[in-house]
Formats: sequence, C-alpha cells, structure tokens
Amino acid sequence: MHIPDGFLDAKTALATTALSTAGVAYALRQVRIELAPRRVPLLGLSAAFLFAAQMVNFPVAGGTSGHLVGAALVAALLGPSAAVVVLATVLIVQCFLFADGGILSLGANVFNMGLVATLSGFAVYRIGQRLVPGVRGRVAAMAFAGWCSAVLASVSCAGQLAWSGTVAWSVALPAMAGVHMLIGVGEGLISALVLLAVSRTRPDLMGPVTQVQASGRARSFVVLGLLASLGVALFVAPFACPWPDGLEAVAGKLGFGARALAPSAAAPLQNYRVPGLASPGFATAAAGAIGTLVAFCLAVALSRLVVREDSSRKSSHV
Amino acid sequence: MKAVGASRTSGLSPAVKVVGAIALVLTATLTPASHPLWFATEAALVAVALVEARVPLRQFLRRLAMLSPFVAGAALAAALGSHGTDWRVLAARSTVCLATVIVLSQTTSISELLGVLRAARVPNLLLTTLALMHRYLFVLADESARMGRARTARTFTRSRRHAWVTAASVVGQLFVRASERAERVYDAMCARGWKS
Repeated sequence: MHIPDGFLDAKTALATTALSTAGVAYALRQVRIELAPRRVPLLGLSAAFLFAAQMVNFPVAGGTSGHLVGAALVAALLGPSAAVVVLATVLIVQCFLFADGGILSLGANVFNMGLVATLSGFAVYRIGQRLVPGVRGRVAAMAFAGWCSAVLASVSCAGQLAWSGTVAWSVALPAMAGVHMLIGVGEGLISALVLLAVSRTRPDLMGPVTQVQASGRARSFVVLGLLASLGVALFVAPFACPWPDGLEAVAGKLGFGARALAPSAAAPLQNYRVPGLASPGFATAAAGAIGTLVAFCLAVALSRLVVREDSSRKSSHV
Repeated sequence: MKAVGASRTSGLSPAVKVVGAIALVLTATLTPASHPLWFATEAALVAVALVEARVPLRQFLRRLAMLSPFVAGAALAAALGSHGTDWRVLAARSTVCLATVIVLSQTTSISELLGVLRAARVPNLLLTTLALMHRYLFVLADESARMGRARTARTFTRSRRHAWVTAASVVGQLFVRASERAERVYDAMCARGWKS
C-alpha cells in the first residue's frame, strides 16, 4: 500500500504530511513521558523486528505468497503511541533506504499505515479483548483488528488518491477496499497466529510496554485517534455524502453497477430502478457491511479452531 | 548496500542531495499535464544524476520495474474513471519521481540521512529509534532466516496450514528475541554512558 510519488498532488501531500507530522510528534512526546528509559531501545528493535517479519513469506495459492504488514500487531503488542513511532520509523527507512514509497507521499503513507492502521487496529483489539476475556478472545480480537486495519488504511488511501484527482473515488474505493478485504484476511490470520505464538512463549511480553495508568494511555489514544479521524473525514467525507454522478456514468458505461446491484438488470441503465437498493452508494455500503460481518465471523471461527487445538495439543505433547 | 564508488554525486553534501531530490519530486508533482516537455527535462536531470552517481543500471531497472504494477493499476483505474488523471502523465510523473528516490537512496547512507534529520531538528527519540532500527535490521533479518531454515530442517511441512503456523511461530519468536535483545542493548548503551 506504499503510495509512490506522482500519485498525490501537492495539496494532498501537504495535508497528509501536516497531519502525520502532528501525529508522530504527539506520539513521540507521549512515548517519552510514558516509556521507562529501559524500554527505549525496544522501539528501534521493534521497528527492525517488523521489517524482518515483513520478509517472512506466507504461502497463498498458486505459488504466490503474502506477508505481514503488522500495524495492528505492533499496536496490540506495544500500545498506540509506541506503535505510531515504530511504524513511522519503518516507513522512513523503507522510503530512504529502499525507495519503497515516495518522499512527498511519505506523509500519506505514515498517515495510512502509521496512524489509521495502528489506531484502528488497537481500538478493535482492545474492545474485542475486553468483551471476550482469555486467549480465545485475544486471538479473535487480533484477527479482526488486523482485517479492520488493512481495510481502513486502504479506504484512507483511496480517499487520498481521489482527493488528488488521480483516480476517481467511484473506482478507487471499490478497487482498494475490495482488494484489501481479501488481503486483510491474511493480515488478520498472520497477526493472530503471531500473537498466539508470543503469548505461548512469553505471556509477560503481552500488553502495552508503557508504564502509565490506563487513563494516560487512553488519553494519548484519544488524541491520536481524533487526529486520524480528522484526516479520514477530510479525505473521505467529500466523496461519501453526495455520491458523485461519476459512479453512475461509469456504472452505466461498464455495466458493473448493474452486476453489483442485481444481475438481472438490463444493459441500458439510463434510468435503472432496483427495488430495495436505492443507490450504488448504498450497494457499496451493503457490500462493506457484509464483508465486515464475514471477516468478524472468520475471526471468531479462527479463535475457536486455533485455541481449542492448542489445548488438546498441549495435553498430548507436553 | 552502498555499491556506489567515489563520485561527485556521493561526494555532495547529504543535505544538498535530500533537498535536491525533494525539489525535483515536487517539480514533477506540480508539472501540469499540458507540458510534456517538462517531464523530459526532469527525466534528463535524473539520468545525469544516475550516470554521475554510477548507480548499477541492472539494480536500478529492477527496482524501477517493481513500480509498474502500481502504475498499471492506477492507469487502469484512471482509464475507467471519467475524471482521473491521464495515465500517460501519471506514468511519466511517477517514473521520474521513483528514479529520483532510487538515486537518492543509492547515494545517501542512513548515517548521512540521520545527520540531515538532526539538522532539521527532528526529535532525538526518533533519531535514536531510526539508528537502532538500521543497526539491527540485518541482524534480525538474518536471525529470522536462520530460524526459518532450522524449522524447515527439523519439520517436514505437510500442508499449507502447517506452513502458516510455522511461519507465524518464527515471527513470534523473532519478536521475543528482539525484546530480549533490546534489554541487552540498553545495558550496553548504559555501560557506554548513554543518556536519553
């Protein structure tokens, strides 16, 4: 999801850079307050870990393989402000050392993967973990958090591409979100399996590294979260409310709107009316809701599968 | 990593290189679609820097080719959308920008970059984190490769599911080892008189 240079215009690059500079500066300040000096090297080592972890291949179908992005995982393991710093570090090194992601779009990449993905992942993980205590709840929460972080970051990315006028929103959103709903399944699965592996070997490493009361951490999360939501609102809201007629035009031209709405709709779509589904925007929203529900069920199923398997294996092997 | 020999480009002050690269990328970003000649000028500038810096051409082209899926995807999307950018402009612009970033990354070491960032008043904690990350990047990458190899040597991977669990446990173990190493690194830093 690293946006290269040339895909964002100056306005978007400036806005995202300002937002992510503010976010990273605030996260650094919080980490300096919250983190015991002993844990300072852990930030650098975690960034190096994340980089190495991204190189481990997970075989998918037909010889292709996927890899971890890890924003939600790091947020679950280290807490929100430390995760923002770690992700920003990884993205800076990837940009300058490996030319992965552009210089001017570094701000946008830090915003999407450093702020949106980590904070949404952390929020979902915490809520899920609270609702269902125990290892099983933790695994399910992590899997769903990984999926949500990938999808939300891709929506934010689509918003930026549309805001720049590079790709129309009506094309960017379904393409980006659709692909990342699939990628997110892998991301959630890997994150949950890794979390399970860590909690088996060193349960004491679980949980945020910062040593302040939950209230202090909650405040930094709220501030960072507000910043991320502000950005998402800025990039996504202009398109989301009055649905652009571009979509109608494209859907009419290509006929994919018809397929998305109802397979039986006829080709000339000048004045199509599909009962129940008032607008293509609604169809997209419905698709998103169904996708989220499926991902949630998969996460719960995974936790049941892996954790029960775990206890039975323990009794036979240990 | 730095296969680039002594040349005038690598001898330049790192700040000049970073600012120059940002300026070039910014120019390419702002270049209006109606002036294709500007892209040619910018491309020529990058080409001069490329030759001057003696960046290995094969490596450069391989890295450049990795952009094409993104360009192809965006071009397709732009072609489908009624009001997107012309894909040819998009391709020219992003290629010029990527070439600039590749030349920059090939001629600037991370310690030079840290110097530039320090001069730009970037907070110390971020610089420490960047330096430590760069220091342990290849250590941990090697460690994960070793662990992966050891796992493959010990266990026969029967199924895809098994491969995923194995890879995940390698990643989990890597995190545990990185945390333990962080503790030792802190002790070593203190022994050498480090102060935050």
